[in-house]
Amino acid sequence: MRNNGDFTNTAVKIERAVVSYREHVALREVSLEIKKGEFLGIIGPNGAGKTTLLSLINGLGKLVQGNVWVLGHSICRGSVNGIRKRVGYVAQLQNIDPRMPITVREVVMVGRYGQLGLFRRPHKTDQTVVNKMLELVGMSHLANRPIGHLSGGEQQRVAIARALAQEPEMLLLDEPTASLDWRAQGELLDLVRRIHEIQNLTTMFVTHDLNALPDICDRLVLMKEGKIWQQGQPEQVLKQDILSQLYDAPISIQEHEGRLVFLKAG
Amino acid sequence: MQNAILAAFLGGVACATVGVFVVLMGVSFIGVCLAHAAFAGALLGVLVGFNPMLGAFLFSLGTAAIIGPLASRGELNLDTSIGVLFSLMLGLAFIFMGLMPGPKTQMLSLLWGSILTVSRTDLIWLGIVAVAVVAIVILFYKEIQAVIFNREIALAVGIPAGLIIYGILFLTGSTITVSLSPIGGLLIFSLIINPAAAAYQLTYSLKKMFLLSAVFGIVSGWIGLLASYLFSAPSGAAIIVTSSIIFGLAALFSPKRKVKRWQAKDEPSRVL
Repeated sequence: MRNNGDFTNTAVKIERAVVSYREHVALREVSLEIKKGEFLGIIGPNGAGKTTLLSLINGLGKLVQGNVWVLGHSICRGSVNGIRKRVGYVAQLQNIDPRMPITVREVVMVGRYGQLGLFRRPHKTDQTVVNKMLELVGMSHLANRPIGHLSGGEQQRVAIARALAQEPEMLLLDEPTASLDWRAQGELLDLVRRIHEIQNLTTMFVTHDLNALPDICDRLVLMKEGKIWQQGQPEQVLKQDILSQLYDAPISIQEHEGRLVFLKAG
Repeated sequence: MQNAILAAFLGGVACATVGVFVVLMGVSFIGVCLAHAAFAGALLGVLVGFNPMLGAFLFSLGTAAIIGPLASRGELNLDTSIGVLFSLMLGLAFIFMGLMPGPKTQMLSLLWGSILTVSRTDLIWLGIVAVAVVAIVILFYKEIQAVIFNREIALAVGIPAGLIIYGILFLTGSTITVSLSPIGGLLIFSLIINPAAAAYQLTYSLKKMFLLSAVFGIVSGWIGLLASYLFSAPSGAAIIVTSSIIFGLAALFSPKRKVKRWQAKDEPSRVL
């Protein structure tokens, strides 16, 4: 079951995956298949196992039971580094020391380092890729600034450019808009949508915030208590009763200028 | 005196380079911890009758090897685990010292160092480690840069971050071991932290930070030696004070601090 034809159209296949951190079981027999080119949204309350699910795919999570195949390769010990190079990962906004001696361009270049391998220095082609990605995310003008001097929204754009500099086949986004202001949030979602289309990626987007869900999701996975609780197309699952049950809180949905807006009711 | 100047140069380069990792990764305390481990190991060597340098090497690398998994798995707060190991090493050092018969001058010289009477063997070892440290930083510069920036991101892009961290700890342990007898257990710490912390105040480029740190390390050693000669002060203490003064000046004239003052003069907020 390694490099056979079963995986021509499948980016990820997870079979009855169990992940636990000491006493706490974070994923309980989760099975999921993701097609190549799909934009998958993963929603659910805090602690539902969304991030753990992502960490399985870039090999940062520890599988206790079950099987995971990513881009045709089984994720097991030793083979994970190769997969990581082909999967871009963007985490939540992190605190960066404003005095950190590393520039925006250098941060994006880090995305090339895995591909380059040990003992090899970045070439002109790597510089070209970095410049292209900086331009794609609209950060070329800040390329020589120290990374810690950028605003949260700008730092997240740089993080996306860094992930794209890997020239990945998959992009994993873990709450990329958390703690961004409204405008930065909107701009980042636009960027994610554009990149998914231009770069021909398979994208997984995790968020607990329903209003930060890009409207191009092909499918939504609803997670609760370490399990996939429901899944389906956005119009099937974005219903008041389903979401209220998912979050254990009354949620009302309203349509505003052609898009759905989610409010905490009551 | 020539040997002392050379020892200050080599020790300055090795310690100051290692210091860049320590300062940027926010684990300043690791220096003291490994220095005391090396000290305890050297004392055990003297007590039992094998080469003190070997004891120092085994102890500081052993301690680094315990800190490594704690750091990479994040099972324990890194500061806490370093603190526990540090106190253990201090305790062991005193036990070994207490068990030793006769005068303790040789032991205490390990703590204060004896840069003026540095031996040829010490110098050779110091030279080997200084060259190794610089060579490894050049060879693995991009991986080191990525790990210093963010360990998780380094892992996620496919860099063997764990290996790089162990490498950094190994270098730190080796540097401290070979500096123990010429530079002294207490002095090493200031020579690791101060030059790197001073360089950190002055630049946003990691390459420049490595270079500046090394320059500050060497200059601290040389000015310290000169001062100790002029004022017949203890050489180790003079080097510590010099490196602290360099740090103080760097902090005072840091361009990174000017940003703050400029922000303070920003437009006043509007009151509605």
